[in-house]
Amino acid sequence: MTQTQTISLTINGEAVTATVPVRSNLVDFLRNDLGLTGSHVGCEHGVCGACTLEVDGAMIRGCLMLAVQADGATVTTVEGLADSPRGQALRDAFHRRNALQCGYCTPGMLASALEYVEAGRPADRAAIREHISGNYCRCTGYQAVVDAICDLIGQGAKA
Amino acid sequence: MNEPLHIFDRPNSYIGRSVPRPDARRLLEGRGKFVDDLQLPRMLHAAFLRSAHSHARIDGFDLDAARAMPGVVAIYTGKDFADHVTPYVGTLTHLAGLRSAPQMPMAMDVARWQGEPIAMVVAQSRAEAEDAVAMIDADLHPLDAACDTESALDADTPVIHEAFGSNLAWERLVEAGDVDAVFSRNDVTVIKRTFRFGRHTGVTLEPRASVVEYDPSENRLTYWYSGQAPHMMQAILAKHLDLPEENVRVVAHDVGGSFGIKIHTYGDDIATAVAAKLLKRPVKFVADRHESFVSDIHARDHVVTGRIAVTADGTIEALDFDDLTGIGPYSMYPRTSAIECNQVLNLTGAPYKLRNYRARGRVVFQNKNLMCQYRAVGHPIAMAVADGLVDEAAAAIGVDPAEIRRRNLVPDDTYPCVSASGMKFDDLSHEKTLDRLISEMRYDDLRADQATCREKGVYRGIGLVSMVEVANPSPMFYGIGGAPISAQDGATVRLDAGGALHVSSSITEQGQGTNTILAQIAAEVFGVDMDRVKVTTGDTDNVPYGGGTWASRGAGIGGEAMLLASKALKDQVLDVAGILLQSESESLDIRSGSVVDADSGAERISLRDLARTVYYRGNELPSDVKPELIATRHYRVTDFPFVFTNSAMAAHVEVDVESGFVRVLHFWAVEDCGRVINPQLVDEQIRGGVVQGIGGALYEECVYSEDGQLLNATMADYLVPMAGEMPDISVFHVETPTKTSVLGAKGAGEAGTGGAPAAVMNAVNDALRPLGASIFQMPMSPERILKALGKV
Ligand code: FES
Ligand code: FES
Repeated sequence: MTQTQTISLTINGEAVTATVPVRSNLVDFLRNDLGLTGSHVGCEHGVCGACTLEVDGAMIRGCLMLAVQADGATVTTVEGLADSPRGQALRDAFHRRNALQCGYCTPGMLASALEYVEAGRPADRAAIREHISGNYCRCTGYQAVVDAICDLIGQGAKA
Repeated sequence: MNEPLHIFDRPNSYIGRSVPRPDARRLLEGRGKFVDDLQLPRMLHAAFLRSAHSHARIDGFDLDAARAMPGVVAIYTGKDFADHVTPYVGTLTHLAGLRSAPQMPMAMDVARWQGEPIAMVVAQSRAEAEDAVAMIDADLHPLDAACDTESALDADTPVIHEAFGSNLAWERLVEAGDVDAVFSRNDVTVIKRTFRFGRHTGVTLEPRASVVEYDPSENRLTYWYSGQAPHMMQAILAKHLDLPEENVRVVAHDVGGSFGIKIHTYGDDIATAVAAKLLKRPVKFVADRHESFVSDIHARDHVVTGRIAVTADGTIEALDFDDLTGIGPYSMYPRTSAIECNQVLNLTGAPYKLRNYRARGRVVFQNKNLMCQYRAVGHPIAMAVADGLVDEAAAAIGVDPAEIRRRNLVPDDTYPCVSASGMKFDDLSHEKTLDRLISEMRYDDLRADQATCREKGVYRGIGLVSMVEVANPSPMFYGIGGAPISAQDGATVRLDAGGALHVSSSITEQGQGTNTILAQIAAEVFGVDMDRVKVTTGDTDNVPYGGGTWASRGAGIGGEAMLLASKALKDQVLDVAGILLQSESESLDIRSGSVVDADSGAERISLRDLARTVYYRGNELPSDVKPELIATRHYRVTDFPFVFTNSAMAAHVEVDVESGFVRVLHFWAVEDCGRVINPQLVDEQIRGGVVQGIGGALYEECVYSEDGQLLNATMADYLVPMAGEMPDISVFHVETPTKTSVLGAKGAGEAGTGGAPAAVMNAVNDALRPLGASIFQMPMSPERILKALGKV
């Protein structure tokens, strides 16, 4: 039950070695052990998208991946994005459009939006809505999020 | 010529502008401070054992195995708290006759809903606490349960609180005019329908969360709170944990959505505070999603049978209905679970000229989770019943739905007036909002499109609603009935030594932009750039006393207090400036951070210099001058019980008559919330609210088995609106400022949720009408639509 394992991984550009309970999921490890509280937990069963973050270039659910599965991986969280220019234009667009209210869905929503924009996909409202349909937001009603992503793509700016 | 500047017509003009929220940046960078982000030294974690039965006698516990689990620090059952917390009862005296039984944080003898906390483990980590919970052996003896609303009052239904003799919690009858006489007339068409509103719940993305720290050296309790009403929570914790009120500090930093869910008193939160006090160590409790579904308050659960009488020309002559609502085994503390029914009785049909009105409400106990106030309290029911009946009547007499509303809405030039249920209305604009709606949505074009589509077998529908929304409540809402809930709010504005403003307010932020609008108001009224206003909210140690943010009151009440305080400080600063500058203070103004000559606009002294003179070089002032560079003002609504908002909304839907799926193609809202402080933020409140309303209309339902088990308590099974299903929503404004305040703002936070269900239901029925089908049950799931079509 309390079996542990030591893992080494790169998180937001920093090398991290830690001993974690094998049952701990990645988002709990990031939040509770490393203080990276930007990633949120809304359901712990892979539906709400609040825990969405980047592992080895793919956007994944931090609640569905065990911390030990991230051994050797490169992880980027919302804090890592904020410390880099990557995503800055997207954050600006979210800000301008008020694409967040309480901000609890925002780290996950930004990750999904970034995935869409970086894939070079078009400013197609229906396609954007489809893409972010794994990210639940109770506050905004989603339209401002779609607007923000469209703005950014429309400007031809890089995310 | 220099006209005197109006309070809203100034160089630092922010009121009425879509200023981006300064504090949103933080959240975009992962720097939010939500309760679960908090890690305190020696902090412990709580997990709860909850009743697996909807009704069960608690015969005892075997805790030995649980106690032996790693990391366990303490285990408590309900009875362990008997001497440490006093019971609470969810009644208020102004809801005459309302009854409820005393509640404790954890059930002691009998558990009355599936999910009620019955035991608590406090351990070194949440995982260890949950491990130990799984090892508790609870001896529960299942009892017959009363789960169904409609049979709750039947003679053979088990009575949940024996002493009451029945499951009736409250009833009320509202009567005006002579309803029976109208219904017996032979010149009216009478339409009767039964409406069913399922239970749904808030599903705030951040679950309820508490961190509580107790310091015995000062007998001081600090409660980090994810909620809307810090001072109310302070009073409740003090009262039931036997602490001096001033020794309880409630702090709300970032709140991940609340919508009324997090404003109530939950046993697990109170138990967390008790445990922190007993253990003298910080304790954290964060509900997991399953716990949220079985313990966050549910909403709605109404069955309404109503009838309407209209004349051949479409005049509504009478409205008569009976509302039955199930609230779970207790009335929620301290706001009670009768308010929603009360709102339904007060508001149904309120937009219309109506003299003959009868509304009967009954509120019943059941062995299900508690039902209480959630965004738009009562409005979705009131609007769907009235506007549903209006549309059915219009169809029956062959009048267009827009036209029947025009003929019956209270005219814009007849205010102030009083509704049939006794509500005082002023400054409403039903006619203007409807006219604007009809033109913005291109109603006639949509009707033409509808006809073309029908020929192709595509069923589109248009649904309208005209609504009123309760906003800016006075003490008549809660305080009058004995609740520790303030209807007034305070604001403090202070000039610091650098010439910036520090403002604080008793209203709270949950993402709607409270802090932003407070800064907009202070900056504009006082006369500084907005980036020089620093806002503090959500901390009982550091803000004036007040109610918080709920019932669409933040902007209207807290905003007015901020306006008054900013104006007062401005006058005080100009008095000092007049002395320093040896000028008449009336000839001076404050603009962009400087005291200026009011006529020429020429700078006389910067606020920084003025403040530094006062704070550092008081010797330069005459000794009888005692400058006050801080001002506090409070505000409450006095002449009205509520200041109502109104709007007109429309949904355009397409119903797939083969699958039963409804797609909302577009939604329009024309809102009159008085003075709009920040159009973007108001629009986003409306949009978010509309989507919650669409959720209730089409997807969201807490599905219970007959014996009271919640069957869909996961996010995979409980459907919430996601981006792919949601339409774009066009929002427009008519601005009729309320005369009750200088600011003129009314609330906008709940309108969308209150109106959207009615609009969507009317649209679905409009689409189904040529097929002879109709539906009056929410959510309007595909299965129910197919049933209505006779296909399953
Ligand atoms: S917390 Fe991971 S998807 Fe909800
Ligand atoms: S902004 Fe609150 S959940 Fe999305």
